[in-house]
Amino acid sequence: MEISMMYYLIPSLIMFCCGVYGFITRKNMIAILISLELMLNAVDINFVVFNRFLFPGQLDGMFFTLFAIAIAAAETALAIAIIINIFRSNKTIDVDDATKMKF
Amino acid sequence: MESVGSIIMYMVVVAAIIIFSVLAVTSRKILRSATYLLFTLFATAAIYFQLGYEFLGAVQIAVYAGGIVVLFVFSILLTSKPGDKSEKLTSKKKVVGLIASVAMLLVAGYALLSRCGFFAQLPAMEGVTMDRIGTELLSSSHGGMLLPFEAISVLLLACIIGGIVVARKR
Repeated sequence: MEISMMYYLIPSLIMFCCGVYGFITRKNMIAILISLELMLNAVDINFVVFNRFLFPGQLDGMFFTLFAIAIAAAETALAIAIIINIFRSNKTIDVDDATKMKF
Repeated sequence: MESVGSIIMYMVVVAAIIIFSVLAVTSRKILRSATYLLFTLFATAAIYFQLGYEFLGAVQIAVYAGGIVVLFVFSILLTSKPGDKSEKLTSKKKVVGLIASVAMLLVAGYALLSRCGFFAQLPAMEGVTMDRIGTELLSSSHGGMLLPFEAISVLLLACIIGGIVVARKR
C-alpha cells in the first residue's frame, strides 16, 4: 500500500464535516468554539499535506499553518473572554439565551 | 512502498482522528468533548511528525494541546458544573446538521476522488532544519515571511489588550 495524498485529505475532510455538524447542532458556546477548532485544524492539515506532496522544496504551506495556529490561539483567547463576559451578565452560555443585543 | 510500521502508524493516527473528532461533536458532556478535541489535536501533530515537519508538530502540541485546550478546560469549569449534560438535541436540529455535513462530505469527497492527480506518491524531501525555517521566516526577500510575522505579532498584542479589556470587571 502506498500512502498517497488522498489518504490524508479524506480524514481531514471528515474532520471538517464533524466540525460543521457540531457548529450547527451545538448550543453551548464553548462547544461551538470546539467545533470551530476542529474545522481550523482540518484546514491546517490540508495546507501541510499540499505543501509536502506538491511542493516539497518549499515551506510556504508550513508557514501558513504556523500563522493559522497563531491566529486560532488569538481568536480562542478573545472568544473565551467574550463568553465569560456573557456568562457574567446572563448566567448562561446558551446561544439561544443570548438575546440582549437583538432588537 | 512504505514500511509496514509506518502504514500501521498511519492507520492508528487516522482512526484516532476520525473517531475522536466524531466523539468531540457528539459527546453530551462538554468537558469530555474538550478532552476528545485534545486527542484529535495530538493525532494531527502525529501527522505533522509523520510528514517530516517536526517543528510544526512541536508547535501544534505546545500551542494547541498545551495552550488552547487548557483555556477551554478552564472556561468550561468556570461556566458549568462538571457533571452537567447538555440537553438532548431536537431531531429537527440534528437532521439539519446531518444534512449539511453529509452533503458537504459527499460533494467535497466526490470532487477529491475525481482528481486522480491526488494519488501521487510521496516525493522525497530533505529534512527541514531549524536553520532553514528561521532564515525563511525572517527574510524580507522574495518568498520570505517577515511581513506576516510582524503582522501576527501586532495581532497578538491587539488580542492581549482586547482580552484584558473585554474580560475585566467593570
